[in-house]
Amino acid sequence: MPVSAETLIQASYFVTAVLFIMGLKRMSSPRTARSGILWAGAGMLVATLVTLLYPGISTENYPLIIAAIVVGTILAWWSGKRVAMTDMPQMIALYNGMGGGAAAAIAAVELYRGESHGYAVSSLAVLGGIIGAVSFGGSLIAFGKLQGLINRSLRFPGQQVINLLILAAAIVLGGAVALELDTAPAVVTGFFVLALVLGVTMTLPIGGADMPVVISLYNALTGLAVGFEGFVLNNAAMIIAGTVVGSAGTLLTQLMAKAMNRSLGNVLFSGFGDTGGATTGTVSGSLKPIEASDAGVMMAFAQKVIVVPGYGMAVAQAQHKIWELSQLLIDRGVTVKFAIHPVAGRMPGHMNVLLAEAGVPYDLIADLDEINSEFETADVALIIGANDVVNPVARTDKSSPIYGMPILNADKAKNVIVIKRGKGAGFSGIENALFYLDNARMLYGDAQKAAAELIQAIKAV
Amino acid sequence: MTGMVALYIFMLAAFTGYEVISRVPVILHTPLMSGSNFVHGIVLVGAMVALGGAHTPLEKAIGFVGVLLAAGNAVGGYVVTERMLEMFKSSGSGGARRTH
Repeated sequence: MPVSAETLIQASYFVTAVLFIMGLKRMSSPRTARSGILWAGAGMLVATLVTLLYPGISTENYPLIIAAIVVGTILAWWSGKRVAMTDMPQMIALYNGMGGGAAAAIAAVELYRGESHGYAVSSLAVLGGIIGAVSFGGSLIAFGKLQGLINRSLRFPGQQVINLLILAAAIVLGGAVALELDTAPAVVTGFFVLALVLGVTMTLPIGGADMPVVISLYNALTGLAVGFEGFVLNNAAMIIAGTVVGSAGTLLTQLMAKAMNRSLGNVLFSGFGDTGGATTGTVSGSLKPIEASDAGVMMAFAQKVIVVPGYGMAVAQAQHKIWELSQLLIDRGVTVKFAIHPVAGRMPGHMNVLLAEAGVPYDLIADLDEINSEFETADVALIIGANDVVNPVARTDKSSPIYGMPILNADKAKNVIVIKRGKGAGFSGIENALFYLDNARMLYGDAQKAAAELIQAIKAV
Repeated sequence: MTGMVALYIFMLAAFTGYEVISRVPVILHTPLMSGSNFVHGIVLVGAMVALGGAHTPLEKAIGFVGVLLAAGNAVGGYVVTERMLEMFKSSGSGGARRTH
């Protein structure tokens, strides 16, 4: 019995869906994670190749398809291989935005065609279109911010009202298209332009420190958009993969928001995660500087050192020096552990990736729940470019904007050494009470240089 | 595929995503997000179908951009996820001194 192209395609999509889910499952444990991406990659390859057999593809469009795949592949391969680990958040935001844009493009092709699909399918096309376009516009802005192309967070009074108006206008035009009241190309164009603008204006006021939540959210949104367009095209592989990513991404977004003790709405609409603007609390005590040589001696003779990295470590590219420093200590018999706050850095798990790049074994890395009880037994907590995630006012000061955010209890360590570039406050503009404690010492300077000095100091002991 | 069956697929896939991710350690949050970012690159097959069936120059232009973006999503997502996962080593696996 000859197998039709249609059957072959459906069977292959089934295999792809299985490979994706198994792949994601394997990615949830460090031991099997590497093979997980290979499985998922195999699934993608199968689906792509077999789709070339799709009967609806007209022969004259084959060169276009191949050309687009080749160009997209070369650009993405080249950029993906070159990007530095510290720049990973913006690269992921960019690739994610591209997916959202592709979902919106599918919707656009379907809607411009102007054929009647029935209300349900048209509505899903519109829904996927708006979500995809928002994710595209928003991810591009997130990329621009993280890459340093957009330095200011644009914020003005009435901004949320304007965003709501744009959303309302997009819904009106989208509704007209979905219900087939008016499917003129001008209406479709207006709908997509508004959706793109909405993604841009929504993301502009959000500050850099909130990016873990935002990137994770747009990832979930792109998944959802892909799932909806899957319904439009009657494509099971897209429905399953898109929906799985949509729900997984939503879960991850919730975890991130919870780690900051804020609701998702608060992250999106309060414009809090940015330098300046917020109130500066009053903190008693003084900042006590320390020389690298003294700090080095303190760590060399410690029993246990807990390292707390933050975005400052990423900026200074200090992860390699920090690991070199840690290895010196380990060789001296000091117990060294790394404590990672869930929202340290600019994307979920950012610090883990940087430490892994430097060669830090993952069993030395602990998250908040595991490590917090251990600070009391630590002789030194070494804070590198982290700020709000170790600020004890989150536990004590009800009036503080970060009150209630789970923090790393670095203040409970016998000594705290803070490597910090300058005397400024953290992203929230809140003074860090930790720095003023009697057991805290400030080591001013670039994290990489400071770590190099500490290495010299320990070698000299 | 009838609407009802599609709805069931949607529901089951949503639960699957939630379950697969729910017990992931924090250290894998980035590769996992990046991995799921790669998985929604499956939008490529949809974009190929959309471009394949395009007739007018406008449809072709949008379809072309769609396929290009989707290929970028899939390939870029794969490359960076693979690069990140390659780095995760336990102290037992002798990767501690690994340099680039």
